[in-house]
Formats: sequence, structure tokens, C-alpha cells
Amino acid sequence: MLSTIATAAWSSPTIDYHALAPEIILGAGIVLLLLLDLFLSDSRKWMLTPVASFTLLGAFVPVLTLALSNAGTREMFDGRYVIDDFSLVMKGLFLLSGYVVVLLAADYIREGDYYQGEFWFLMLSSLMGMVMMASSRDLISIFVSLEFLSIPAYMLAAWRKRDSRSNEAGIKYYLLGVFASAIMLYGMSLLYGITNSTKLTEIGASLGSNLTSIRALAVFFVVIGFAFKISAVPFHTWAPDTYQGAPTPVTAFLSVASKAAGFVALVTVVYVGFPGSHAVWQPVFWILSAATMTLGNVMALKQTSIVRMLAYSSIAQGGFILMPLAVAGETGVAESALRAVVTYLIVYAATNLGVFAVVMVVARKTRSGEISSYGGLFSYAPGIATLMTIFMASLAGIPPFGGWFGKFAAFQSLVSAGTTWAYVLAIIGGVNSVVAFGYYGSILREMWMRPVPDGDTSPVPVKSSLAVALGITGIATLLLGVLPGIVIHFGDLAGLAGAFGR
Amino acid sequence: MEVISNHNWALTVGTFLPLVGVLIMLFIPKAEEALIKSVAIATAIATLAVGIYTMVQFDFGNAGAMQFVAEHDWISVIKSSYYIGIDGISLPLYLLSMVITVLVMIYSWDHVPSPGNPKAFFILMLILQTGMAGTFIARDLILFFVFFELVLLPMYFMIGVWGGENRQYASLKFFLYTMFGSALMLVAFLALFFKTGAESFSIPFLIEEGMNISRTTQIWIFAGMFVGFAVKVPMFPFHTWLPDAHTQAPTQGSVILAAVLLKLGTYGFVRIAIPVLPEAAKAWAPYIGGLAVIGIIYGSLGCLAQTDMKRLIAFSSVAHMGFVMLGISTLTSFGMNAAMFGMVAHGLITGMLFFVAGSVKERYHTLEIKRISGMLLQMPKLGWILGFCAMASLGLPGLAGFWGEFPAILSAYQPAPGLSVNVFRAYMVIAAIGTVFAAGYLLWLFQRIAFGEPTAEFAAGHGHDEDLHDVNKFEWIAWTPLLIAIVVFGVYPQLMFKVLDPAVGVTLKAFGG
Repeated sequence: MLSTIATAAWSSPTIDYHALAPEIILGAGIVLLLLLDLFLSDSRKWMLTPVASFTLLGAFVPVLTLALSNAGTREMFDGRYVIDDFSLVMKGLFLLSGYVVVLLAADYIREGDYYQGEFWFLMLSSLMGMVMMASSRDLISIFVSLEFLSIPAYMLAAWRKRDSRSNEAGIKYYLLGVFASAIMLYGMSLLYGITNSTKLTEIGASLGSNLTSIRALAVFFVVIGFAFKISAVPFHTWAPDTYQGAPTPVTAFLSVASKAAGFVALVTVVYVGFPGSHAVWQPVFWILSAATMTLGNVMALKQTSIVRMLAYSSIAQGGFILMPLAVAGETGVAESALRAVVTYLIVYAATNLGVFAVVMVVARKTRSGEISSYGGLFSYAPGIATLMTIFMASLAGIPPFGGWFGKFAAFQSLVSAGTTWAYVLAIIGGVNSVVAFGYYGSILREMWMRPVPDGDTSPVPVKSSLAVALGITGIATLLLGVLPGIVIHFGDLAGLAGAFGR
Repeated sequence: MEVISNHNWALTVGTFLPLVGVLIMLFIPKAEEALIKSVAIATAIATLAVGIYTMVQFDFGNAGAMQFVAEHDWISVIKSSYYIGIDGISLPLYLLSMVITVLVMIYSWDHVPSPGNPKAFFILMLILQTGMAGTFIARDLILFFVFFELVLLPMYFMIGVWGGENRQYASLKFFLYTMFGSALMLVAFLALFFKTGAESFSIPFLIEEGMNISRTTQIWIFAGMFVGFAVKVPMFPFHTWLPDAHTQAPTQGSVILAAVLLKLGTYGFVRIAIPVLPEAAKAWAPYIGGLAVIGIIYGSLGCLAQTDMKRLIAFSSVAHMGFVMLGISTLTSFGMNAAMFGMVAHGLITGMLFFVAGSVKERYHTLEIKRISGMLLQMPKLGWILGFCAMASLGLPGLAGFWGEFPAILSAYQPAPGLSVNVFRAYMVIAAIGTVFAAGYLLWLFQRIAFGEPTAEFAAGHGHDEDLHDVNKFEWIAWTPLLIAIVVFGVYPQLMFKVLDPAVGVTLKAFGG
């Protein structure tokens, strides 16, 4: 083995710099942040925030130019790193979500006198992992990306180091995350043993639809590993504690970007690596989806802390996103299922980041994380309350706000599969979306119908960066609901679905 | 379908103009209450003006055809488009929604319910208006669904914020019931879409293709739509949200709910479920008819048991919508015409009754029937208006209510071919008994409230004289058009039937009716 490597002539792989530009810009930004942090005096550390946000926006530019270049799919490193429509859409989503998180975190981090440089460095590193994940088509690069995005996130969760809850958040997240990685790695090692390749397309071809028990086990382990990442029930136990303990902007980051990255990896592995093995993963996704949305909803109903409620809400939303995957292997469904997942992720990102922006604005005033602190919000802060109403309605899937279209797309691909199991899941999803209004509605009820708890009706101050975040997410949520065509414009993702050969 | 008119901007403007008003109102400070109300009412009147323009331009000789049709790409990837149009069935309801909104807003000028905040209240009414009008013009299922759902949140807040004691419970119940129905309805829409070849959500296309779906599948798809629409109507046994919602809602909410929102459900049956799935409609018709007459009797008995005036009117809605659904379930042109007429008549009359109930509540601070008496002595005009509405509601010939109720009963005598004549004749008899009950509870209500001497509590000189004033200026402005319409349509029903009939004929093409 070693000798063959030594004797083979080394030729440097051709690198498409345009295709790699987002990663390169991100990388340069990360290094710049580290250097600036070294040389800037404490009073000027605030300058790191604009550097972080401009890095993200800068990295978004090549994503746009790549999308507009019409050059089709670009492959690098023997097809193990692919820039296609799917990866571009997801990279765009990660970078823009990251930008909104920077807006959320800017004042929080500065005022808390936390280590600004390190915070931005870790956050951008995590985003780098996500951006890479969107292009990875090889077990090794997928695993590296996954760790790249996870390890900084563990540290971010434990950022408030003098707060025991934050420490608990970090530790729980870390232990379960590592445990999941181990399971996944075990599955991957089995896959490599069976197929003698780490390249997903080759694995897919080699696995075919011939399922021996060892193959089924390998597929199962890999899928389960990612189920931790997307906090699917019964692998969700870390999420509520981590979300509650982590600093709020980090929670927003985890619940949106990190979750989306988990889905991206899952979709890539399943679509490219296991297209023929749907007999294994379809039932797994069916059960995960039904259990996740049901348990997430039921648990969310009884929460009194807003962040904890949002944690369970985010688990339940994950169940909805999983719905189409439970039928993705049926004839002709692959494409609409992928579209549903991507659409849902985009809509969910816009809405959920908006929710966290509101949570941060309100928490600044009320100094409380209880749902009851939202009492009477509409009477003294109608603008914030209206925005929160829009976000809650969107999460509940009520037209004309973004969320309805995500749910619609998911239901659409279920019904298009037309199997009995698909209909059963659609009905479970339908019932769950009604149940979900129980807790989304409770926020609306507090804001609109309940009295102000402590009678303090002084105006709610909104920092300019949070106002920008609210503006972006609010407009996006509304626009995605009224003209869903604009997301679907990115929805022609045949490249990935093509792996099914149908 | 042929395009008749070139004024295809009219419907879009008529539907979305209220949102323009909302945008303007957002920039007016909350304290400028008079300005806020003026802008809102001006917007509603301008919307109504566009509606009247639409009516004037409407080709009544061709009422069966879609007019003012406009079609644009909307969500092309799911093959849904912004496809709107109006025919003889939609036009009366479309206008009704606009008229009711204007009148309710005028009424609200000096009747903003506690806890105030006219800005939010008027904005919600305008959003409601857009949702209602849009539902009646949508020719695409997804567009229909979005408009259908758009009314949910404003009404939820209207009940929940400005409602009575038990408002939070009532608003949540209203919301969950409707949402549950919509979820199943959406799944049914999707199933319909895929069973017709996943080509289009356009209703005319689905009417063409729907009849090719196998009977069993049709029945299942119909079931999903049935739940969605039946909750909204509401039909027995999905009606339990209605009495709570009506009792707790502010007057304005009750009026809009009764006059327009309930019609979204029946309209859904007439426009979508029945023409698209004719086989299933035939299979379901006896059950729908059965639930309808149960609703009639149950609603009437419920009325007799009520002690609260508003709750009584709410139960009477269940009974009246039962007549409408009975007419629809016969699947005949006669029954359908009656049902459509009944929808508008119920909108005018029950809307009026809720207005009166609101004014009674405002004066007596209670709606407890046994505490109120002798209204004719204290407030003769209000008392007689109540009497007039009660007469109209019980179906007195010469007033609008008669033309919705009587032909609906009669239509059950001869249902569409293929439906069991015996079953429907039995329904006819039961429904006819229902009218006797209706006369009973309405006259009894009127008698208890209006006749006799005022109760000791409200007699002159007991501190209520200030409140117990007769009908005021804003009430007159808001009510007169409704009262006139009730008489006009009662005396000359042909005015509406001639618009409805051709469109009903087109709708029932599949039944040879």
C-alpha cells in the first residue's frame, strides 16, 4: 500500500479557484480575525464585528457569481468536492444565516465583555465547515466538515463560562455529539469495508439495491449518526438543555445553521450514497419524522420558558423537514422531496432567526426568559409584537407567511408518493401542525390578550443591528409566503436527485 | 372558459385595495384615532366602489361565465397560478363582503370595543376583507387556500382581544377547529392534484379532469374537503366552536363571522367539492343532507334552550346554515339556487341580528334574555328593528329569509337523479318542522325582550336612563342599507336569482341539472 503511494507520480489536482472562492474568502477572513484580535487593543475590539460580517457577505459574492455563471456542475478532486445548484443554495443559506447571527450577536458579545475575537473566529470556522459540507461528496470530507462545524459549536455553546447552565449546554452537546460521530464513523467504516471506496457515487453504485444485513446496518448507522445532529427523536435529548444554556445568538445559530448542515449532510449521503437502499432509510425516516414532530410538539406545549419552548419547536420542525425524506425513494418523488427539504430549510431559517431576534429584543427589556413576560407586548410594542406574530404564524404554517409553503411542499411530496404510509404520515403531520398552534398560539395569546405582567410599559429599545436582523428576517418571511416562487427558483436541483436515475 | 371582459384589473384592485389602506394606516400614530378611522372607512368605501364598478361592468346576460378573468404565473413549480375570475355565484358574495365591511366599520366609529386600540382593530378588519374577497374570486385551489386561511388570524385576534369574558378559550377553539379542517382540506387538494395528473390547480381544469377519478378515490378526497368546509359552515357535528366564538366575539366580529366567514364553507362546497368530484358528491349527498337536517333541528332546539340573546342567534345560524346545506345536498339547480340565496339572505339578516344584539349589550350591559323586557316602551325603534329582523330570520314571505329557506325545503322534494327520493322527502318533512321551531324561538325571543314592561332593574329612574337611548346616527347609517336589502330581495328575489341561476347551471353540468 505505502509503496504504491510512494511510487505513483504526484500530480497536483486542478483547482477551480472560482468554485472555491467562498471557502477561500472565509478562510482569509478567519485568519484576518485571528491576527486582528492579536494586535487590536481591547477598546477597539469592536472592529472585529464588521470584519466578520463583511467576510460573510464577501464570501456570498462568489456564491452569487457561481450561481449566475451557468457553467453547470463543477467537480473537483475526482468528483469528491462538487459545486452544483444544491450546494450553492445551501452555501448561500449558511452564509446569510451566519450574517444574521452576527447581527444578533454583535451587541450581546460586546456588552457581555466576552472574548470577541475568539467568538467570531469560532463562529466563522463552524460556518466554514457548513460551507464545505454542502459540497462534500466523500465520506472523509463529509466527516471532516462535520467535525469542523461541530467542534467550534461545542465551544460556542459553553461560551458563558461562569454560568453553569452554559457549561452544561456545552458538555451535553459535546458528549452526545461525539457519541453520534462515533456511531456514524462506525457505519462509515463498514461502508468502506463493503464497497472499498469513500466516494459517495461509488458507494452508491456498489451498494446498489442489494441489501445484505451488513449493508443495511452500515446505512442505518450513518443515518442515525446524523439524526443526532438534526436532533431527531429519540436522539434529541441534548437540544433543550443546550439551547437553553447557550447564549441566545448561539442558540439561534445552532437551531438554524447547524441543523440545516445536518440535513444537508443527510440529504447528500442518502441521495448520492444510498439511493438504492431506500428500503432501509425510508422506514427509519418515517419513524423518526413521526416521533420527532409528535414528541417535539407535545413537549413544547408544556414549556414555560421561551427558549426551551423554541428548542422543542425546533425539534418538531425537524420532524416536518424529515417528512418528505420518508418517501424520497419512491418513483418520481426524489426531486420534489429534495425541493421540499431545501425550501423548508430556507423558510425555517428566515423565520427562526427572526424569532430569536425578537426574543433577544424582548429579553433586553424584561430581563426574563419566561413566556409570561410577553404579556401585553402588543399594547406597548406593537411593531415587535406584530413581527413576532408573523414569525409564529409562519412556524405554525399559516398563510400568507413563509412557513405554509414549506409545509405545503412537504405535504406535496408525501401525497405525490401516494402510498398508504405516505398518507398516514401526511395525516400525522396535519394533526401535528394543528397541535403546534397550541404553543405558537400561546405566545400570540400572551402578546395580544394578556395584561402586562409587571405593569412596565416603557418602550422596548431596539439596537440598530437587531433592527436590521428583524427587518431582513421579517421581509424574507413575508416574501417567501406571498411569492414562494422566489425560493423555488433555486429549487431545480435535479443534479443531486439525478443520482436516483429516475 | 371564454374571457368576456377586459376589465380584469378590477378584481385584483378590489381585493388588494384594503391592504393599501393598511399600509397607509401603519404610518399614522396610534393616537390619531379619528384619522385612523377615516382612512380605514375611506379605504373600505373605495373598495366597495371598485366592487360596484365590477358589478356595473358585469355582463348579467352571461352570468354563468367567468368574467374579469386574470391569470398570471405565481408559483409555477407547483403549477399554481394567480388565476381569478367572477361569475354569478361569486358576485353576490363578493359584494356582500365589501358591503358588510363598510357597514361594520361605520358602526365601529363610536363602538370600538374594549380594550380600544382602533388602529389595530380597523387594520384587522381590512385584512379580513382582503381574505374574504380573495376567497370568492380565486380560481386556483392554492390561491383559494391562501385566502381562505388569511381570514383566520385577524378573526382570532378580533375574538381574542376585543371579545367577552371567555374570549381566549373561544378564540383558540375557533382557530384549532378551522385549522384542523384546513389541514385535511389541503391534503385533499393535493390528492386531487396528483390524481388528475399533477398538471394544474386551476379549478376549471380540475372540473374537467376530476370526473375521471375513480369513485372510491373521489369519495376519500371529498371526505377531506368535507371536513375543511363543514367546520367552516359549520355543520353538525363540527359546529361547537360557533356558539362560543359568536358569544365571545365583539359585535363587529360576530357580524363579519355570520355574514361572510360562514359562507366560505358553503361556497367551497358549491365551487370546488361538488363540481370537481361529482360522483363523490352523489355518494355523500344523503349524508350531507342528513347532517343538515340534524343541524336544523339541533340548532333550533339549542335556540330554545338559550338564555343569552347572542348565543341564541349563534345557534340560529347553525339551523339556517342547515337549510343552506340541505339545498346544496339535493344537487339540483333549484336547491343550489335556494342555497346561494340563503347564504346572502342569512348574511344580511343574521348580520343585522348581531348588530342589534351588540347594541342591546351596549345599552343594557347584558344579553341575558330574562333581565331585559319592554324594549318597545323604552327604545321603540331598536325594538321594532329587532322584530323586523326576527321576522326576516324566521322566513316571513316578503322578506329575504323566505327565499333561502322555503325553496331549500321544497328542493328536497325532488333531489337530483340517482339520489334516494324517499330519504330526501323525509329530510323535507324534518326541515319543515324546523321552520316551526324557528318561528317559535324567534318570536319567543322577540316577545320576551320587546313586549311587556321594562324590568325593575332597567325601569326609568334606576340609573340606566343615560344608556338606554334609541338607535343613534352611526347605527342608522350602518343598518339602513341592510334593512333595505332585506326588503328588496324579499319582494323581488328575481334580482338575485337571475344572477345565480346561469352560474348554478354551469356548476351542476355534471349532474345534468
